[in-house]
Amino acid sequence: MDAIILQILNGLDKGSAYALIALGLTLIFGTLGVVNFAHGALFMIGAFCAVTLSRLLSLSHQVAVPGEVDFLGNPKMREVPYAYDIFGENLGATIIDWAVPLSILFAIPVMIGIGVIMERGLIKHFYKRPHADQILVTFGLAIVLQEIIKFYYGANPIPTPAPSAFVGSFDFGALIGFDPGTIIYPYWRLVYFAFAVVIIGAVFAFLQFTTFGMVVRAGMADRETVGLLGINIDKRFTIMFGLAAAVAGLAGVMYTPINSPNYHMGMDFLVLSFVVVVVGGMGSLPGAVLAGFLLGILESFASMREVIAIVPGINQVVIYLVAIIILLTRPRGLMGRKGVMED
Amino acid sequence: MTKGNLTRRGVLKTGAVAGAGLTLPTYLRAQDSGFTNAPTGSTVTLGFNVPQSGPYAEEGADELRAYELAVEHLNGEGDGGMMNTFSSKALKGNGILGKKVEYVTGDTQTKSDAARASAKSMIEKDGAVMITGGSSSGVAVAVQALCQEAGVIFMAGLTHSNDTTGKDKKANGFRHFFNSYMSGAALAPVLAANYGKDRKAYHLTADYNWGYTTEEAVKSSTEAMGWETVGTVLTPLTQTDFSSYITPVLQSDADVLVLNHYGGNMVNSLTNAVQFGLRDRMVNGKQFEIVVPLYSRLMAKGAGENVKGIFGSTNWHWSLQDEGSQAFVKSFGTKYGFPPSQAAHTCYVQALLYADAVERAGSFAPCAVVEALEGFEFDGMGNGPTLYRAEDHQCFKDVLVVKGKENPESEFDLLEIVEVTPVDQVKYAPDHPQFAGGALGTCNNGA
Amino acid sequence: MFGLNRKDATLLAIVAALIVFAPFILNPFPAESGWAQFNAGYPDLMQRFVIFGIFAIGFNILFGLTGYLSFGHAAFLGVGSYAAVWMFKLLSMNVIPAIILAVITAGLFALVIGYVSLRRSGIYFSILTLAFAQMSFALAYSVLTPITGGETGLQLALDDPRILDAAAAGGNIPVPSLFGMEMRDSVDLTFGAWVFTFNFGYYFCGLVMLIAFYLSIRIFRSPFGMMLRAVKSNQQRLNYTGLNPRPYTLAAFVISGMYAGLAGGLMASMDPLAGAERMFWTASGEVVLMTILGGVGTLIGPVLGAGMIKYMENIISKINSDILHTWFAFLPDGLEDVVVGLIYPFIGKGWHLTLGIVFMLVVIFLPGGLVQGGQKIAAVFRRRSANAGGAEAEAAKQNPAE
Repeated sequence: MDAIILQILNGLDKGSAYALIALGLTLIFGTLGVVNFAHGALFMIGAFCAVTLSRLLSLSHQVAVPGEVDFLGNPKMREVPYAYDIFGENLGATIIDWAVPLSILFAIPVMIGIGVIMERGLIKHFYKRPHADQILVTFGLAIVLQEIIKFYYGANPIPTPAPSAFVGSFDFGALIGFDPGTIIYPYWRLVYFAFAVVIIGAVFAFLQFTTFGMVVRAGMADRETVGLLGINIDKRFTIMFGLAAAVAGLAGVMYTPINSPNYHMGMDFLVLSFVVVVVGGMGSLPGAVLAGFLLGILESFASMREVIAIVPGINQVVIYLVAIIILLTRPRGLMGRKGVMED
Repeated sequence: MTKGNLTRRGVLKTGAVAGAGLTLPTYLRAQDSGFTNAPTGSTVTLGFNVPQSGPYAEEGADELRAYELAVEHLNGEGDGGMMNTFSSKALKGNGILGKKVEYVTGDTQTKSDAARASAKSMIEKDGAVMITGGSSSGVAVAVQALCQEAGVIFMAGLTHSNDTTGKDKKANGFRHFFNSYMSGAALAPVLAANYGKDRKAYHLTADYNWGYTTEEAVKSSTEAMGWETVGTVLTPLTQTDFSSYITPVLQSDADVLVLNHYGGNMVNSLTNAVQFGLRDRMVNGKQFEIVVPLYSRLMAKGAGENVKGIFGSTNWHWSLQDEGSQAFVKSFGTKYGFPPSQAAHTCYVQALLYADAVERAGSFAPCAVVEALEGFEFDGMGNGPTLYRAEDHQCFKDVLVVKGKENPESEFDLLEIVEVTPVDQVKYAPDHPQFAGGALGTCNNGA
Repeated sequence: MFGLNRKDATLLAIVAALIVFAPFILNPFPAESGWAQFNAGYPDLMQRFVIFGIFAIGFNILFGLTGYLSFGHAAFLGVGSYAAVWMFKLLSMNVIPAIILAVITAGLFALVIGYVSLRRSGIYFSILTLAFAQMSFALAYSVLTPITGGETGLQLALDDPRILDAAAAGGNIPVPSLFGMEMRDSVDLTFGAWVFTFNFGYYFCGLVMLIAFYLSIRIFRSPFGMMLRAVKSNQQRLNYTGLNPRPYTLAAFVISGMYAGLAGGLMASMDPLAGAERMFWTASGEVVLMTILGGVGTLIGPVLGAGMIKYMENIISKINSDILHTWFAFLPDGLEDVVVGLIYPFIGKGWHLTLGIVFMLVVIFLPGGLVQGGQKIAAVFRRRSANAGGAEAEAAKQNPAE
């Protein structure tokens, strides 16, 4: 029982990342009708926003350590962050420690900016072009973005730890009546899940309860009519693109303490997030979220030893197998709308 | 302006009367020299085939740096590095057999197809007489087979799977790097000494060849010490989040977790394992421990704080104090400003060993080189006295058991040497079950 | 000629000429000059050009005609090469049985996957094919290691049975051949400072590609091809006229799967090793990119796209800073470093960056792919030679050559 609860937690956690990326992808599909292969790259750039900020905060100058030498025989240098000089040693250390959460503030404007520039500068010209052309241009863009990151940050993963307050695990089992120590779960992963829920909730609330959101939803359903009513839907869609980029970017920022970011992490998630979006059903935001969590949980269960023992290799293919089964039984995914991206 | 590397084509050209029209076709198979890409001009071309894109790009870049340094030393530039400490004194710093060393580079992308394409272009287009490099066993095995077929020498870079000199060994291929078996044999006694003989191990293993051989090696060595293996689970290569593989460890009664992962897999699985508090765990009154059989400094950097105190093995480390290592670290550090990785070391040594073998054989012909390398004993290359065994073309030398340093002094100072396991302890018979199957075949001169 | 109209016959003749003279065309620079780096006329790359050309031609039969975007085509190529290598291991080193088995296996595999996937259309179809291909990759890399060789790929071994062949002489594995002619046999032709290599394997692949190209022209021009185009333009209308498009699209899917298997078989024949990476989604993506880059729905476009991508992968990635320095050695020292520093990020390990930029530039400025670029250039020339040709060129732009 406790094993199953743990795997559900794992699944929700993995699902959070899938759902956040798929949510943005669906927003772009739904509003602009564009197949955005650069969406994984946006997730990756978000993660590197966190890396950049933590590097900026820990920018240091060198102070010679008297009496010691390094491996080449030169005087040994010690790094002292500028933050220590500005804020004092204690506050400086705390700020560096909290680099990842602070990056949220940094990443939102950056990601919205990147999103808007991308939409205005490139994607805009591809609305009327075939999906194939959209794939080629966004894939090209994804490669360019990832190579730029590789050029500046190298190919190795870069450790970006969570604030020390969140290191360690939470005894989840003790809360719900299990023996202490049986169900423990890392704080940061719980934070990630909560964060995902908040972001998803905020996006839905924004679309559901604001006039802006109402217009966007109307535009998703019938763009032409909304345009005929004299509403500048293009401008709103541009903002939605920026928003989708920000959602992907924030998913990336918060993901960095879970796994050290590297330049190709976007590509690793790209295919998976497309599967999630399609399984959820094209054009359906709740579908994308539902599919994200569903696939995350199934993936977790499939990696249990007991399951692998029955079906060897199931952990390798479970997501794709489930995708095939769902698409064959439900023609438009879990909650897809008729006629979206079917031709 | 012109790059003066004399390739097979260049050589053929000199035979033609300048400006003359058509000459008679020359069959590749009927070259006078009797072997593929025989260098006849004043230079010789080597092919450095390393991952420049993909997850191991950083290791590939370090390998390339080492090769450039080796070429410099072979051509008599720089401070000579390990050539001064190498026990064989055949190399004189005037290139190889008096021919200036030139090189071509390629990108393996850590894919066997791309690696072979790149190696083929070096052989067919650039006239390379030796191919070296690589950062994964899949690539090493694929390129080794290609070199055997084409009749050039392959000096493997970083490849740790038993198969490279086990079931997939080839006469034209040589490996200086250590292997899974040696990791297991070196690690087990240290683990038993530090963690006790009564331990229950749980393995997470990358689901491909290297993972299988490493799991098998570590499992059999630790079981011989009295450990019990309570579970082994295979994880997909493309896995990034290992949480669903880590939580079952919490449920088991295991008190040691062995992560048979490398590269990005290792960084992520170790990070996740530490996240789930495994290192603070007590099981059966014992402190829970994590072991990473194959360490690499570049990967340790990716895992950050999480490597502290974790045992593993490596082929070489820059903090070694012997003459050879110091000479190499000094010339590498002077040129690039930071110490070399183990990948750089093995590649540098391989380049020197090849050049020395050619020099001693007096010929570039692969069969002559193979003969010179087989059973060759040397010293002064950073690993103590070393033997290139004739039966499987594997180097036998001391193995380092290391652990993550508690108080690193720089971003390169991440591992500390716990023990230098003497070579006798990691030696095995050529027909050991973990290396069974396959045949060396005979050396191939190609043309 | 061969049941083709004049325009198609000309195109076929051009392709034939390109294949025959490729060793000259691809080696424009003298072997000793600094520009020799850009020569692509060595056997391995020429073989790759035509093999990926075949792959892309086949993909285009499905995507260009029916509009169904398969994102898992590399699986068929992978299955084809596994089948071929197994044939080498078990039966004979002759390439004919290997290629035949590769095509048949890939065809059967495509039949199964196509039958299931074609129940859906649009992006749902794409994701189904992607899912099948990713499953094939994941299983081949891990659980199926005994059959596929896993990480290290399926290779030949000295002790393979090869029941039709005589026992291997010496300690070396025999190489693939066509009735005794080895695929790697080459002849070098020296012409002044130039060296041209003629490789038997390449010409064998070239011949196969010519046949494949001819068949694809016939398919494009046949009533069957017309039916496929009807599927693309309006499937609903086709349904209403009482026609069931499924058998047609399935046939197109299987044919293009067989083309992929043929490419896989040839790849194994040129280089007898089959690795699972061939089936990874990026490999499937690559053929999609080749086709779009060259020009979707055109006959020659996919071949051009394949050539372009393979050229960048094999040539640009091999230029290193050392070579750059020798190129620009004539510049003053400071300037040389600046120039090298500017170019360096785009070559060698930065070849992906160049590839990405080329993708974007082509799709932004040449919506019809490279074929359209060729037409634009041709139009310029035609306008120069005869001012009256303008209208014709305009028409060509509207309707890409097929």
